[in-house]
Amino acid sequence: MIDARRSLLLHGGIVACLALLAATLPAYHAGNLTRILVLAVYAMGYNLLFGYTGLLSLGHALFFAAGMYGFGLSAALGGLSAGAALLAGVAAAALVAGLTGALALRTRDVAFMIVTLMFAQAGYLTILYLGTWTRGDEGFVLPAAARRLAGFDLRGDGARLVAALTLFSACFLATAALTGSRLGRTLIAIRENEERARMLGYDTARLKLVAVVLSGTLSGLAGAAYAMLFGYVGASFATVQYSILPLLWVLLGGAGTTVGPLVGVALMFYLIDWSSRVTDAYMLVAGAALIGLTLFAPQGVAGLIRRKAAPWLP
Amino acid sequence: MEFGPHLMLALLEGAVTSAVLALTAMGLSLVFGVMRVVNVAHGAFFMLGAVAAWWIAQLVGAHPALGFAAALLAAPLLVGAGAMLADRLILARVGYDPERTIVATIGLMYVIEQTVLMGFGPDARPVAPPFDARIALPWVERTAEGLALYWPWGLSITAYKLFVIAAAAAILAGLWALMTRTGAGLVMRATQQDRDMARAFGVPVSRVFARVFGLGAALAAMGAVLVVPIQQAHYLMGGDPLLLSFIVVIIGGLGSLPGTVVAALLIGMTDGIVSVFLSPTLAKIVATLAVALVLVFRPQGLMGRARA
Repeated sequence: MIDARRSLLLHGGIVACLALLAATLPAYHAGNLTRILVLAVYAMGYNLLFGYTGLLSLGHALFFAAGMYGFGLSAALGGLSAGAALLAGVAAAALVAGLTGALALRTRDVAFMIVTLMFAQAGYLTILYLGTWTRGDEGFVLPAAARRLAGFDLRGDGARLVAALTLFSACFLATAALTGSRLGRTLIAIRENEERARMLGYDTARLKLVAVVLSGTLSGLAGAAYAMLFGYVGASFATVQYSILPLLWVLLGGAGTTVGPLVGVALMFYLIDWSSRVTDAYMLVAGAALIGLTLFAPQGVAGLIRRKAAPWLP
Repeated sequence: MEFGPHLMLALLEGAVTSAVLALTAMGLSLVFGVMRVVNVAHGAFFMLGAVAAWWIAQLVGAHPALGFAAALLAAPLLVGAGAMLADRLILARVGYDPERTIVATIGLMYVIEQTVLMGFGPDARPVAPPFDARIALPWVERTAEGLALYWPWGLSITAYKLFVIAAAAAILAGLWALMTRTGAGLVMRATQQDRDMARAFGVPVSRVFARVFGLGAALAAMGAVLVVPIQQAHYLMGGDPLLLSFIVVIIGGLGSLPGTVVAALLIGMTDGIVSVFLSPTLAKIVATLAVALVLVFRPQGLMGRARA
C-alpha cells in the first residue's frame, strides 16, 4: 500500500532528522530538545485518548505524576535501580489509569471531563497530604544511583539527549504502528460514531478502557522518564496546569495525527520560552493559544496540513 | 469558652462562607442551567470582581463605606459587561458546543489571570470593610431566677460578617424575584426548558445567552466584593471558589437553582466543621473524591431528579 510506505518514510525521516538535530544543535537548544522529546511522549499518550478515541480528559497529570512518583519513590525510598524503578513507575501509572478509567468511563462528555479533573485534583492533594514521603510542593532530588541506566550516567547532557531520543523514537514508531493497526482503527471508529461501532459488534466499553490504560501508561512512562532524566520529582507536575498542557500541545499540533504531539510541544515550548523572557505572565500565551485554536483552527497545524496538502497524513 | 457558644460561632462563620458560596455557585448553576455549558473561567470572574472592588475603592478614596458601596454596585456591572463581551467574541462563535466551550473558557481563565498578574501584580491587597463594629453575642445561662442572658468573653463577630449574610440573602431573593416574577426571568426559564421552542416563539435566544452569561459572572463578582474585606484580593484567589462552586452545583443537581442554595449551605457549614476533625488537605481530598463519585453514580445530583 502506497500510504503505508509514505507513513514509514515520514516517521523514519522524522526520527532521522531529530537524530541529526541532536548531533548538531548548540548546547542550549539541545537541552530544550531533550525536554521537548520527553514531553512529546506525554503528548502522544494524551493524543491516543483525545485525538484517536475522542475522549477529552482534564486529568492526565494524574497519570504523569503516577509514573513520576512511582519512579521517584521506589528509587529514592525503595532503593530500586533505575531500570526496575522505571518499570514500577509505568506499572503505577497503568494501575491508576485502570482504576480511574473504570470509574470515569461510566460518565460521558462534560461529566467525563469534570470527573477526570476531580480525580487528578484528589491525586495532587494526596501527594501534598503524604508530605512525609513526597516532600509536597518542595519535591525531592533523586540520588545518583537512580540516574544510571544500562551503564550510562544520565546526568550528562549528551547521554540524556540520546536516552530521550531513543525513548521518543520507540514511542513514536509504536504509536504510528498502533494507529494503523486493527485496534487503532477501531478506536477511530469509536471517536467518529460510538453507536455505530457498538452496532457493528465492538465492545466499546472495553475498548475505551483499553484506550485509557494505554494512554495513561504512555503518560506515566513520560513522567517516569522525566524524573529519571532531570533528577527531580515535585508536586507541581501533578497540578491542573499539567493536565491542561497536553491538551494544548495536542490541539496546537493537531489532534488525531501522529506528528501533531511533537509539533505542538516544540511550538509551545519555544513560544513560552520566548514570552517568559518578556513577561512573568507567560501563561497568557497558553491561554490565548487555547482560545485562538478553539475559534479558528480546531484541527491544529498537522490537521491543517492534512486538509490542504497531504490527505494521507496518518 | 463552653461548647454551646463555640458551636454558635462556628455556625456563624459557616453561614458567612455559605452566603458567599451560594452567590458564586448560583452564577455557575444559572449558566449551566440555561446555556448547558460549563464555565471554567467562573473563578477568574470571581477574582476579577475582587480586584475591581480594590481598584474602585482606591479610585473613590473617601470613607471606606463610600468606596465599598461604589464597588458593590460597579464591580459586578464591569465584570458582567466583560463576560457578555467574552460570550459574543468566544462562546457564540464556537456555537456553545459543550467541549469546545470548556477548552475556550480554560484559555479565558488563563488570559484573565495573567492579565491581572501583569496589571495588578502578584501581591494580595486588602479592601477596608465599610464598618468596623464588633458585636458581642449573648448566650443563655441558668441562674437561680431561671434563664438569663449573659455575654461570654470573646464571643463576638464583626458587624460586617453579619452584613455579608444579610446582603447575600437579599441578592438571592432579588434573583429569585427576577427569575419568577419578571419577563426577563420568564424568557430565561423558557430558554432553559427548550431553546428551540423558545426561539420558535420569538425569544432572542442568543441575546438571552449573553445576558445569562453576564449575570452569572456578575453574581460571582458580587460574592467576591462581599468577601474581599475579609479575605484580600489576589490574582490566584479564584481557584478555591471555582472548585467549591463545582462541588455545590454537582451536589445540588446540575442547573437546579433551589438545589444550589441548599447545597451551598450544606458545603459552607460542613467545610468549617469537617476541617476541625480532619486536616484541611484530607478534608479536601475526601470532598473531591466524594463529588467525583456522585457524578459517576448519581449524575442528577443528590437532590436533583433524573431527567427524562
